[in-house]
Amino acid sequence: MFQAGLPYLILTTGLIVLMVGVSIHRSHQVAWSLTVLTLIATFISHFFVYEAVATDIVVITELFRVDSIAYFFNAVFLLATLVLVLFAQVFLDRRTKFTEEFYVLILAATLGAMMLPASTHFASLILGLEVISISLYALIAYPDHARPPLEAGLKYLVLSGVGTATLLMGMAFIYAASGNLDFSSIHITDGSMEGEILFLIGNTLFWCGIAFKLSLVPFHIWTPDVYHGAPSVVTAFLATVSKGAVFAVVLRYVIEADILSSDTISNAIMLIACASMVIGNLLALLQNNLKRLLAYSSIAHMGYLLIVVFLISVNTSLGYESALFYLVSYFVMTLAAFGVIIALSSKSETEVDTLNGISGLLWTKPAAGAVLIAAALSLAGIPLTVGFFAKYYLFTAGISEGMWPLVVCLVLGSGLGIFYYVRIIFRTLEKPQEELSVSVPWLGLSITVLLALAIIVFGLYPTPLVDLIRAILVFPPTL
Amino acid sequence: MLAAGGVAWISERIHVNLPRWLSLLTFIGVTAWVGAVWLGGPDQSGLYANQFIEWIPRFGINLIFQIDGLSLLLIGLTAILGVAAVVSSWTETKQRTGFFQFNVLWVMAGVVGVFSSFDLLLFFFFWEVMLIPMYFLIAIWGHEDKEYAAMKFFLFTQISGLLMLVAIIALVWVNYEATNTLTFSYEALLGLELEGSIARLLMLGFFIAFVTKLPSVPVHTWLPDAHTQAPTAGSVILAGILLKTGAYGIIRFVITLFPEASQDFWFWGMLLGVISILYGGYLAYSQTDFKRLVAYSSIAHMGFVLVGVYSFTTLGMQGAIVTVIAHGFSTAALFMMAGALQERLHSREMSDMGGLWQKAPRMGAVTMFFVVASVGMPGLGNFIGEFLVLVGAFNKSIVLTVLATFGVVVAAVYGLSLMQRSFQGELNPRVSEMQDFGVREMSLMAVLMIALIWIGVHPQTVLALSDGFVQILEVIP
Repeated sequence: MFQAGLPYLILTTGLIVLMVGVSIHRSHQVAWSLTVLTLIATFISHFFVYEAVATDIVVITELFRVDSIAYFFNAVFLLATLVLVLFAQVFLDRRTKFTEEFYVLILAATLGAMMLPASTHFASLILGLEVISISLYALIAYPDHARPPLEAGLKYLVLSGVGTATLLMGMAFIYAASGNLDFSSIHITDGSMEGEILFLIGNTLFWCGIAFKLSLVPFHIWTPDVYHGAPSVVTAFLATVSKGAVFAVVLRYVIEADILSSDTISNAIMLIACASMVIGNLLALLQNNLKRLLAYSSIAHMGYLLIVVFLISVNTSLGYESALFYLVSYFVMTLAAFGVIIALSSKSETEVDTLNGISGLLWTKPAAGAVLIAAALSLAGIPLTVGFFAKYYLFTAGISEGMWPLVVCLVLGSGLGIFYYVRIIFRTLEKPQEELSVSVPWLGLSITVLLALAIIVFGLYPTPLVDLIRAILVFPPTL
Repeated sequence: MLAAGGVAWISERIHVNLPRWLSLLTFIGVTAWVGAVWLGGPDQSGLYANQFIEWIPRFGINLIFQIDGLSLLLIGLTAILGVAAVVSSWTETKQRTGFFQFNVLWVMAGVVGVFSSFDLLLFFFFWEVMLIPMYFLIAIWGHEDKEYAAMKFFLFTQISGLLMLVAIIALVWVNYEATNTLTFSYEALLGLELEGSIARLLMLGFFIAFVTKLPSVPVHTWLPDAHTQAPTAGSVILAGILLKTGAYGIIRFVITLFPEASQDFWFWGMLLGVISILYGGYLAYSQTDFKRLVAYSSIAHMGFVLVGVYSFTTLGMQGAIVTVIAHGFSTAALFMMAGALQERLHSREMSDMGGLWQKAPRMGAVTMFFVVASVGMPGLGNFIGEFLVLVGAFNKSIVLTVLATFGVVVAAVYGLSLMQRSFQGELNPRVSEMQDFGVREMSLMAVLMIALIWIGVHPQTVLALSDGFVQILEVIP
């Protein structure tokens, strides 16, 4: 039990050391190095204690159950955070005088994200979720040189607060109906009419809260504003790690509580999924700001991902395989896209995030332009990129279970999506209007290039990734 | 070829002309390879080449490359037109030649992949791979309205491609439920018995994708725009080869994977073909833009392919294949002519032309030859193709065949009007000086002419190669 919890302990230790250290001596360089070190150490520790979860389910109190799938999620979150922290060093210097607390907050958010995939209980769910959200409030509003981040932070604070409240209310109703807070035992047993209604209301509220966190239609309104206003590093964290963590716990909830056996709930979720795919893509068509565009595109991608939720309740192993593959590729391509924005904005006070800003990028900054093209193609799901195989998994998922409404929406959404992703590509290809004067930090640029390489390598030969994921699922504790 | 593309891109830095030479050499190399394989003859199972490499064993997706007679024929066409595309754009693209050749090579590599993949997902992979560089070709080196054209091209082909992907996965899944093996191999899926309604739906998924590429009415509208805006090499590739992948797809996949559903579909297939022939011809006649006219004529010619394929007769099928090859040569030549004219006159409008024969007799003669070929003069390749198609189709439906025959007349009308408006008549006063074709262009045209005449007088070369495949169709009831 202690062994399996080691990664969590290491991260927490690093977090505390950093917090105390900052109050004693302020140094951006030291804080940054300590954060990178903590993240790497936590990441590596997973390999040392993997034995513990490889053959057994490790239960840490009632609240957490660590298995190999949770470890996989953790590893992905840690890598993503590491990438963002590497970006953050140069990025922050231009935006605020006090940079050190940023790292404390982002480590805390990561800790929250690592709790969710292991959570089996409503208490740990809300705990992890709030650790992420509260860190994010501060992170979004972090830069003190400009107003938009503050506005975005406040918006997120109010709306996310409402989302959490809805979620809690839902849990209360579910508890009233089933008398349990543990995912696996919240079925209603007595089958009385009253219990059934309470259970339904509870789940409706619960899913509303979740849909808010995943920014699914119709709870998506906050997304573009917050994405736009937040500093790009934080936006990228919000788009990847925070959503991935919520998604991980949703998957577990769906499996353990067998929630989709209720037709009402499953129809409602299907409606949400279809609406997200179509509306997310439709709204993205008209955006001129890259970050807003990516916000809508992430709404659509979360809608696509909901297909997996249906698959996982019938065919758990293929479901998890699709979910993990999709999440990994979604992380890689989203980070690559944001990476370009971050790298371009690093040396300037304002963010380079408009479509005009990337005009002719391929000719002025060939590497950044190429990465952006690769990311856009991948997000659109075009072959040669990992995004294609991610989409392939979803098609397989939809078709194998005969979920035709979802497949139709997936085709429709992807078709619409191509339109605006291609617009990004077109802007990077056109003749540059003016020479882009900003310089790009080498570290940020080389990371984005690495991400783009990952997109293409796995797009050409996904077998290693597929094999890795299947190896994780060989002993499927929750299956 | 992919590697050569990468090399070409880099070599731009060394010398401006180097990428051109490199890709020219690559295409000549591929042509030589095709020739060598052809002379080497097929093995016992009728294959010229066969490769199997594991790719994604999880889903039974493998790299299966096989080249039979039909594939070899089309790859040969690709290689020769590759040479043509490079040579014809020798002076046209002045900026970023390295990246340009990179894209040309990648399109071609994708097309060769399409023609030789025997794994459905691999096929789809290449199907999409050839589109992206094509999109770049239009979007970067295109003419005035390139953004619109490139976007339209991409949207049409991508969305229809998605339908095909759904159909492919569904087909594989039906097979999985029937046999409990997950495989995307073409041969494994050939024997699958499908229920009528499912087969019809899946067939439509494939059919729509291929027909969009072909293109046939009513999904043809991307073609004139893409063609007109594309640089010469782009048009040559687009008309000469990319359209052929649509025809190839129908012949290779739709008909063999869904034999019964396709048989039931014959009337609609032929009808679409006939409408394309007449409507495409009608639209071609009313164009004033040299390139647009040729583009619309392509729609008409591809209509013959549909008619031939859906006649379900040996003759019709053979005719369709010959038409595919011959049209590849003749249209490519006409697009090169359009490109050459634009380079000299800076206009594609035929009202800016007229009487050009006096200034450039060699160009006039060459154009004459290819216009006549595309109209279908006996002795040249296109005639053989269309003739076989019509004879084959006659057995199936007399009414539709008669209508299609009218298409040949329409072709003569627009073909000759093209000739007359641009090269004959009074010399347009606005044309001052014009350079005639040089050695480079003439020798290229000569190769294409010889190819067309060869198919025209000795079609057996083509027929023998495609025979093996057509025989397989005979077995299918």
